[in-house]
Amino acid sequence: MATEILMPALSPTMEEGTLAKWLVKEGDTVKSGDILAEIETDKATMEFEAVDEGTVGRLLVSEGTQGVKVNTPIAVLVADGESADAAPQGSAPQAAEPLAQPGQGEASKDETGEAPERAPAAAKSAVEQVSTPEPDESPDWPEGTTVRQMTVREALREAMAEEMERDETVFLMGEEVGEYQGAYKISQGLLDRFGPRRVVDTPISEMGFAGIGTGAAFGGLRPIVEFMTFNFAMQGMDHIINSAAKTLYMSGGQMGCPIVFRGPNGAAARVAAQHSQDYAAWYAAIPGLKVVQPYTAADAKGLLKTAIRDPNPVIFLENEILYGRSFDVPQMDDFTIPFGKARVARKGRDVTIISFGIGMAHALEAAEKLAGDGIDAEVLDLRTLRPIDYPAILKSVQKTNRVVTVEEGFPVGSIGNHLSAWIMENAFDWLDAPVINCTGKDVPMPYAANLERLALITADEVVEAVRKVTYR
Amino acid sequence: MARKPTETAAPAASANVSRDELLKYYRDMLLIRRFEEKAGQLYGMGLIGGFCHLYIGQEAVVVGLEATARDGDKRITSYRDHGHMLACGMEARGVMAELTGRIGGYSKGKGGSMHMFSREKHFYGGHGIVGAQVPLGAGLAFADKYKGNDNVTFTYFGDGASNQGQVYETYNMAELWALPVVFVIENNQYAMGTSMKRSTRSTTLYGRGEAFGIPGEQVDGMDVLAVKAAGEKAVAHCRAGNGPYILEMMTYRYRGHSMSDPAKYRTREEVQKMRDERDPIESVRNLLLTGKHASEDDLKSIDKEIKDIVNDSADFARESPEPPLDELWTDIYADDAPQKTAEDVNV
Repeated sequence: MATEILMPALSPTMEEGTLAKWLVKEGDTVKSGDILAEIETDKATMEFEAVDEGTVGRLLVSEGTQGVKVNTPIAVLVADGESADAAPQGSAPQAAEPLAQPGQGEASKDETGEAPERAPAAAKSAVEQVSTPEPDESPDWPEGTTVRQMTVREALREAMAEEMERDETVFLMGEEVGEYQGAYKISQGLLDRFGPRRVVDTPISEMGFAGIGTGAAFGGLRPIVEFMTFNFAMQGMDHIINSAAKTLYMSGGQMGCPIVFRGPNGAAARVAAQHSQDYAAWYAAIPGLKVVQPYTAADAKGLLKTAIRDPNPVIFLENEILYGRSFDVPQMDDFTIPFGKARVARKGRDVTIISFGIGMAHALEAAEKLAGDGIDAEVLDLRTLRPIDYPAILKSVQKTNRVVTVEEGFPVGSIGNHLSAWIMENAFDWLDAPVINCTGKDVPMPYAANLERLALITADEVVEAVRKVTYR
Repeated sequence: MARKPTETAAPAASANVSRDELLKYYRDMLLIRRFEEKAGQLYGMGLIGGFCHLYIGQEAVVVGLEATARDGDKRITSYRDHGHMLACGMEARGVMAELTGRIGGYSKGKGGSMHMFSREKHFYGGHGIVGAQVPLGAGLAFADKYKGNDNVTFTYFGDGASNQGQVYETYNMAELWALPVVFVIENNQYAMGTSMKRSTRSTTLYGRGEAFGIPGEQVDGMDVLAVKAAGEKAVAHCRAGNGPYILEMMTYRYRGHSMSDPAKYRTREEVQKMRDERDPIESVRNLLLTGKHASEDDLKSIDKEIKDIVNDSADFARESPEPPLDELWTDIYADDAPQKTAEDVNV
């Protein structure tokens, strides 16, 4: 049976090429792997190998021909004993239509000739569920529950200990988490309680242990990977993004990666540019990750427990300055907070201040100052940045008609930028003023105390922004 | 600790090899060869897009090592992964349909050539970033050790990946924690277009493990029996709880790095010499014929059987529909749909 040899696509972008040289002639016998011709692509000159064996019956395109379209028949191969005359002359059944990959250019029409319908719009983003406009405003814990003052540090430790107690597959790994008792003492006592199998000290190899942790999650464990600070997580960024966040999708849903990457994030004090950066917006940009940035101790505990149970990779952004601050934490057997549920930290009617993490400290301080001037600010703590509680934002904007966002990160591509765009698209008619983003300054963090103060976001800047949007 | 390859490994091993074993190796290697040739052809026709890295020439490595694996053992590799999937028993149809980006593919068409997985066959990818699979593989081994079983993870990477820093971070921790991982360096001598000589002065790659206390050896990766013999030793080392082991497989890829590689960094004669003198499939074919284990006709019928499997996979890959459009939004988060994470956890 005669086989047509078609002009091959030899690069991802090739549509046509030059048949530079034939290395076989009619009557030659060829076997798989033999080089038939040299073909010039848009990138280079390539050798074109035979796949089937047989005899070259006819060369259909002569040497030096330019602009030969991909999938045009260029030669005919006949089986041993078959006559070359048995070969069809030139025109090939499937050659007329370029067999471009479906989904590209011309071929993007489906079989009915219709342009493909757009992907279902309901899920504009996997985490944006604007279809439920009513926010969940249920209290985080039942009324009457006993609360205890606890630092964020203690809350995080309790969350890990409780989850390790509950689930044998949960383990903690990172630098100094064990014998040193934690660089920031978050894991203090856990080695004594759970032993070295489950509290694993690593060498200083962020890329290595981010990858090993991710592999362990593929293998069925639930790792908590502590970065001494998120500044060092950049060394392991490839595994967080390319290995942990994308594998479920790339595997068609087969390979989950239940892992928590946690540690302090953002500026501490006087540690300068390389150790002072808020990564919230970086991680929040990535589909496949969930991103948490708590402010209070109760949120730190409830959200970390949820993070450890989540079947997806979770980025849990803590803050060194907040570790020692105390908040009410409910005394419950199993206290968790769902992702995607914002907290109204302060009710108000004149303006909505949206923040998260340590930005909340500035937002609340500003709200107090503003109250003294008769401006009643509502303060919304997002708590999770992926998913974001859009219904809560919408509801508050509809009430106050004015928004200021507060975060420590850089201004370009900030969470505030995203919120502004979202509010403009979804609540434009409700706005009485442009949204203002309060962020850290667009500079690497300076060391000098006075410059550092200037670089960071302050409550006074938030107050000023609120005055602008309320015109007061 | 590390040692040079023994020149006589292959003939010695072949003395003890059974007919059935040889036939299996022949069949498995031929399946990979024919599958890859077909993939190259479909790429040429525009049915496969993007990057497509063929394994032709390196078949003995994965087939020889799979002969040493048992159920529960895991494997993970780079983007040159079609051979690994076929060798561990994944269906040719599912692999080919993934190459054409169709719903019948292992990743429902969402991963492509470089990103395929099978929990059932313990194949953990298919990774597109050079060297990333090395710590991931050690992590899989970490999970097995944590669970207290004696499974082993085969972590494949190339001579190119051997110059990534994360490989050495992983060596360090794998030995420190005695992880049951066989590091398989498939040294095909070219990192894309850069030869070993042009990328390092330290060209004995298995020897780099010595700095961390990891034993290893160089193996003739064109000889499936030598590969299997070395693999058995490495696996025994890992299963016994002695930590990792490095196998540097000296191998060769006949095709370019990817489909769009004009391969100007080596001569046609160099490739032809390897094909003529060292081809792993031809060697086994000769052993079968000279040992009177099989006749030309027997082998012809195997060739036919393989050709049918490959043609069937290509037909399937062309006929399987593209993924439905709502697949764009699925599998981003595991809680979108029931998923199997930790299903095999039994601690």
